[in-house]
Amino acid sequence: MTAAVEGSPPLRMTRARRNALLQSEPVQGLALISPTFIYALILLVLPILVVIAHSFWTQHYLTIDRTFTLENYRVALTEPIYRDLLWRSLYISLTVSLLTVLLAYPIAYFISFHGGRHKSLWLFLITIPFWTSYLLRVMSWKVILGYNGVLNSGLMGLGIIDEPSTALLYNSSAVIITLTHAWAAFAILPIFVSLEKVDRTLVEAATDLGDGPLRSFLRVTLPLSAPGVISAALIVMIPTVGDYVTPKLVGGKDGVMIANAIQAQFGKASNWPLGAALSVTTMLIVTLMAGATVLIIRAVQRLAR
Amino acid sequence: MIAVRRFLSGGWLATYAFLYVAFLYLPVIFLPIFSVNTAATPKFPLTGFTLHWYEDLPRTPALLDAAWNSLIVGVSAAVLSTLLGILAARSITRYRYPGRSTIHGLIMAPLVLPEVIVAISMLLVMLQLGLSLSLFTVVLGHVLVCIPYSMTVLTSGFEGFDRSLEEASADLGESAFGTFRRVTLPMVAPAIISSLLVCFTISLDEFIIAFFLTGTEATLPIYIWGQLRFAAKLPGVLALGTLLLVASFLLMTVAEILRRRAARRTQNEGSLYA
Repeated sequence: MTAAVEGSPPLRMTRARRNALLQSEPVQGLALISPTFIYALILLVLPILVVIAHSFWTQHYLTIDRTFTLENYRVALTEPIYRDLLWRSLYISLTVSLLTVLLAYPIAYFISFHGGRHKSLWLFLITIPFWTSYLLRVMSWKVILGYNGVLNSGLMGLGIIDEPSTALLYNSSAVIITLTHAWAAFAILPIFVSLEKVDRTLVEAATDLGDGPLRSFLRVTLPLSAPGVISAALIVMIPTVGDYVTPKLVGGKDGVMIANAIQAQFGKASNWPLGAALSVTTMLIVTLMAGATVLIIRAVQRLAR
Repeated sequence: MIAVRRFLSGGWLATYAFLYVAFLYLPVIFLPIFSVNTAATPKFPLTGFTLHWYEDLPRTPALLDAAWNSLIVGVSAAVLSTLLGILAARSITRYRYPGRSTIHGLIMAPLVLPEVIVAISMLLVMLQLGLSLSLFTVVLGHVLVCIPYSMTVLTSGFEGFDRSLEEASADLGESAFGTFRRVTLPMVAPAIISSLLVCFTISLDEFIIAFFLTGTEATLPIYIWGQLRFAAKLPGVLALGTLLLVASFLLMTVAEILRRRAARRTQNEGSLYA
């Protein structure tokens, strides 16, 4: 291992043995992970390839015509209904990820810098509601925001409003509120992890060199926690774009998102290729949006320094 | 006293943190409240206490079938994904090889992909392969989404696992099986049980994949989804939802306690995500 031991005959043998070990180690590691890897290949990679293939085909009643065509993409990108749904889904997921990150940052900061020995208790408290069924959490928002719901009846009981407001449920704001609540824990954890990695002596140094608390936060802590902010934003943005349950339960007519249209193509409308093209388009656009988010946050981070 | 002073040092941040946690819990708390309310619509003021909605639950055959299906799917998915998770987590934490992080990333990918797209692509492949949709296909789907969680729990249990303990045991004359049973297993058992509980909970609560991949058999979330169409059934759904919430809460608390014990045994700190 060190230069001093190299060259002496008995140790050269050990080195040879170690080389043999090194050669077999990758094999052993790969062999061990292969069942899980193959499972993911068959049930994740292969299916996604099949979806991509379908998106270039055409549905003829019950059979699928396998001649290459871009027609599905033309429909997905130009038909007003799909274009509107795509835009709305992107708008909702962008708003939700922005909101969750903004709301989550102070909490993550509080736990990391002021949590003391209760850090893990706080994290546990925050993750518990997230482990409950997603469907049930969306359902409880429906109970809260409904016409005869908790919020309306509560506000009426307090004499703040005279009759139930219909503005609460069945629109995109209801979808945004519900999703922001549902994904909160996902945003807090990555930010917390990156704040934990911030070297506290750097913050002290900034303070010693005359930066006030706000300046040292903006110039030291915030830029250093940028990786956490990036992963929090992406971990919320990518799945919410394709959310199905929330728009279906609380979105109403004005809150329908692209996932509902995708589901319809695989269900009632029975146009698999179009559904596949909508899925691929959604994934591509969300990837672009995620990339743009990363670039913007990095640029801001550089400016802050 | 010390705790109070520490919270004061956080100042308004502490207040914000408490409000935020309240915001996280508030919606969930309405389910149990209205599940014991006599009125059929969930609104204030509360009309009176009743366990009537709970008493009706065991008298609904469709619900009992769904519960049984959920149990079968949950147990199978938990066992399979934990087995696959053990192999992968052991490989990731113990060996170094080319492509390791790519493979790891691929296995973790279902965590960040939109569930509808994962579900639909699996549906397409299963139909192409001529698999008829059943609880079996639901298990296949659930295993895929459970593996990332299983991996996270197990990796934190396996990391920092001191290999020299196994070597010492072997040197002292223990057989390979004996070493596994008396050294390796006691060290990793809490992490494995924790992974089983986490995966079971995820499968129990999972809706989208079950919704797309099941044939005629419903799991509990699918049953709830079906009931949501009928306003009159809402209190029953709230009661069932409350029971599911309590089950998830208990399972996850036990899982977290076990995971921490596992992490402490292998001298490794961190939470489910850290």
